[in-house]
Amino acid sequence: MVRIHPLHRKLWRDVWHYRGQLAAIVAVVTCGIALFVAMRSMNGYLRDSRDRYYAQYRFADVFAQVRRAPARVAREVSTLPGVAAVDDRIVFDVVADVPGLAEPAVAHLVSIRVPRAPALNDVHLTAGRWPAADRNDEVVASRAFAGANGLRPGDSVGAVMNGRWQRLRIVGVGVSPEFVYEIGGTSIFPDNRRYGVLWVGREALETAFDLQGAFNDLAVRVAPGASKTQVLLDVDRAIERYGGIGAYGREDQLSDQFLEGEIDETQVTSTILPGIFLAVTAFLLNLVLSRLVGTQRDQIATLKAFGYSNAAIGIHYFELALVPLLAGVVLGSALGLVLAGQLAAVYARFFQFPWVEFVPDWSIVAAAAAIGVAAGVAGSVSSVARSVSLPPAAAMQAEAPARFRHGLFERFTFLSKPSPQRRIIGRNLERWPARTLFSIVGLALAGGLVITVQSMFDAVNYMKTLQFYGSDRADVTVLFRDARRASALPALERLPGVIDAEGFRVAPVRLRAGGRSERTVMYGLAPDVELRRVVDMHGKVDPIPPDGCLLSATIARKLGVGRGDRVSVELLDGARPTREVVVAATTEEALGSAAYMSLDALRAMERGDRVYSGAFLRTDGRLTDHLYLALKRLPAVSGVSVREVALRSFDETIAESFGISLAITLIFACVIAFGIVYNSARVALSERGRELASLRVLGFTRREVTWMLLGEQGILLALSIPLAFLTAYGLGVLISVAFESDLYRIPMVVNPASYLFGAGIVTLAAALSGLIVSRRIDGLDLVAVLKTRE
Amino acid sequence: MSDGEQAAAAKASPLFHARGLTKTYRMGDVDVHALQGVDLDLYPGEFVVIFGPSGSGKSTLLNILGGLDAPTSGAVQFREHRLVGASERELTQYRREHVGFVFQFYNLIPSLTACENVELVTEIAQNPMPADEALRNVGLGERLGHFPAQLSGGEQQRVAIARAIAKRPDVLLCDEPTGALDAETGRVVLEALTSVNAALGTTTVVITHNVSIAQIADRVLRLRSGRIVEETRNAVKKTPREVEW
Repeated sequence: MVRIHPLHRKLWRDVWHYRGQLAAIVAVVTCGIALFVAMRSMNGYLRDSRDRYYAQYRFADVFAQVRRAPARVAREVSTLPGVAAVDDRIVFDVVADVPGLAEPAVAHLVSIRVPRAPALNDVHLTAGRWPAADRNDEVVASRAFAGANGLRPGDSVGAVMNGRWQRLRIVGVGVSPEFVYEIGGTSIFPDNRRYGVLWVGREALETAFDLQGAFNDLAVRVAPGASKTQVLLDVDRAIERYGGIGAYGREDQLSDQFLEGEIDETQVTSTILPGIFLAVTAFLLNLVLSRLVGTQRDQIATLKAFGYSNAAIGIHYFELALVPLLAGVVLGSALGLVLAGQLAAVYARFFQFPWVEFVPDWSIVAAAAAIGVAAGVAGSVSSVARSVSLPPAAAMQAEAPARFRHGLFERFTFLSKPSPQRRIIGRNLERWPARTLFSIVGLALAGGLVITVQSMFDAVNYMKTLQFYGSDRADVTVLFRDARRASALPALERLPGVIDAEGFRVAPVRLRAGGRSERTVMYGLAPDVELRRVVDMHGKVDPIPPDGCLLSATIARKLGVGRGDRVSVELLDGARPTREVVVAATTEEALGSAAYMSLDALRAMERGDRVYSGAFLRTDGRLTDHLYLALKRLPAVSGVSVREVALRSFDETIAESFGISLAITLIFACVIAFGIVYNSARVALSERGRELASLRVLGFTRREVTWMLLGEQGILLALSIPLAFLTAYGLGVLISVAFESDLYRIPMVVNPASYLFGAGIVTLAAALSGLIVSRRIDGLDLVAVLKTRE
Repeated sequence: MSDGEQAAAAKASPLFHARGLTKTYRMGDVDVHALQGVDLDLYPGEFVVIFGPSGSGKSTLLNILGGLDAPTSGAVQFREHRLVGASERELTQYRREHVGFVFQFYNLIPSLTACENVELVTEIAQNPMPADEALRNVGLGERLGHFPAQLSGGEQQRVAIARAIAKRPDVLLCDEPTGALDAETGRVVLEALTSVNAALGTTTVVITHNVSIAQIADRVLRLRSGRIVEETRNAVKKTPREVEW
């Protein structure tokens, strides 16, 4: 039989005795470790998946679009120094008619080699087969698009290709590293029902778009060690005269930008959130252990008197700290891995990787264990040191009564003389200022977290309002395949259900100022445009200047220009004219970044008669089905977006992606609040149980005594709430700064209801733990109090 | 109390009337009979000392009289209130209105000053004396603003007595009030108790295992093994100053 050392027996009995408090610590550690493991795992999962995917399927480093270039240009590019591989492709957006979908969808057509040959941005087939060489109508559909629309090999979609309506038969389903995040237009969330990639045989597209022996898109792989900047410049030069609109690297490739953004985000959250939890853990351990050492003074003395060494006693108390820590690490790691598996499934819906399986990374679990234990050791070291340093004789005596003094708060209670109960509460709070402060900060963090998560919804709703009600007010936006003459507008207005049409121009541009350059898009809008206004983050409408340009503030900052400065605008379209333009104003937009000029000014710069890239339509809702039918067959149209549908898909995506993280954070924040209030109240109860029992003997009712103890926790909670508001505000600012990108900026918006919600959740958690502690007060042994010395 | 007064008190209706009190605790597999049929009457204004060795049942008796514990059988009445079978709320109310407690280890609230510890009780009493007056009664008029940590043991116990008398209780129940004190300090505390008894006429019950203290009482009850084995009246009471221990 294994003999258990008496100290270990004591250890397990102490664990059992303090099970409530230790369980609360286990819960907090579990949350912290779970968040760390889940977020780090996701970070690693996305990073590894990306690296493996990009390498295995040869994701290009440089991308470029041209109007039309002969195939030999691609061969020239392949001989440029630093270029490892080149794929010339034909890429077009077309309007597609998807079975079961009323609105027109946009199909992003990308050419592939038939029969199959190794290529950059290679397609991984997840179902079906590659198109056959002699079948021009066979396509591979992207998995996201096919999945969202329930399309399988054998199904068909209709598409208007270069003016001719054609039926495309899906023979395969696949994914490509080029479209890990599959979005079109200015959306930041994928709408896989209405936007999807179709890979079509090269020959089929050459025929459809009259591009025999030519291409309009380049993908370039840079040789290891070569300068990408140089390659970008060289490629740009090589394609310039073929209507090249400027080569760009991965960092400007939309899918990679989003994927990279998500990786960065998980990196930040996997640091900040678990950090908060582990700090709270350290605090709670300190609270519980220091009290434990206080109550076990006589036991420590006895052990020392019997000859136990300081080391043995120190280790004993460290072991006690390790019990909840290790339990939390084990539970948290398991929970974290489960969460990671769930998150991986959610990510798999947004980010299209060929594989979805999530493989636990045990090094993350090991790191979590190390960090958890370190936090625990940090929290328990002072109590353990105190236990070790107690001289046996002193430890035998009761702890001297705590020294109190007239508190600061009494000087502020000028309204009336505070009652003894209030004095007790006030002086106890002031007696241990560090503990009080930590409790308040911990509760504030919990409340702040809830508010922050809630405010993310507020921000997204605010952005939605800005985008769909302030800025994009067109019921339908139509994109033309090529810029059209002014006469295109009346033609659109004649379509069924169209009330009004406003034309616009959009073109890629390169802006330069003082040696810096930035690639973006230029919108040409009428100064009196109604259906697409430029609205800043605060909801202010910025008018289109008659002269000069309006710049998104992010671009202005990157170029180091402000109002009144001059920038050089190079249109990367058509004849690529370059002009000096004055920055008339800047605007802080929430979504995307762009430059804006008046239609007339842009037209003057282009000197052409093809002025419209598309049109914003105001439509009669009763006739939309007729309008959709007409638009699906219009040869000049390459894209259609419908506001109402975009709004709906936006809402669905938000509900899906935010729902889980909100639920998780809410639960975890409650655990923090509960852990702090419960432990503080329990420690207060164990420290002052005798005092409270005395008061009961003196004739105070249970309720009065309970209030004396819980009133203290109530004050901590009340003090923490304004701080929680500040914390939420601070976290909000941090998030809006940390997550600011070219794609979007999260506005700092917190609705009053969110503040209320956060305060309510923490109060609820505190009330629950208060309830549990108050039941303990009811069970105080009044008789024992009369006889025992503390 | 003079002989005449004692005789009057004896004739008056008792403040406490207890009959057939038994109390049995179960300690593991053993039944401990803390009280085995105690009959007791306590009269208004009496100073009673209950003494006996450890385990004789004196604390159990005090706890039952104070409404902190219930007997296994028997009846206790305080004036017209029946204490046996009273609800938790009624017992709290009883302690609040009628009983003053003095504990062996003072049980002061460390975060409150002497005066505030007394005020703690005057807050919830119906007809209390001012806190400073209660403290002056026990000779602590100069220490009102001191915290327990700044007071000696005897001073702390006198604060506890002031706290107990400030609500003008009908009975003062003192559990080993001098148990934690040296002789000289103990005398000061006993003086405080006797002077309160004389000045306010508060029925005072002191339990102790120190036989010397019995000399200051009107009546002495000796307990052994849960029974009152001896009841004596002191024809001549000594003052605390005269007591030797």
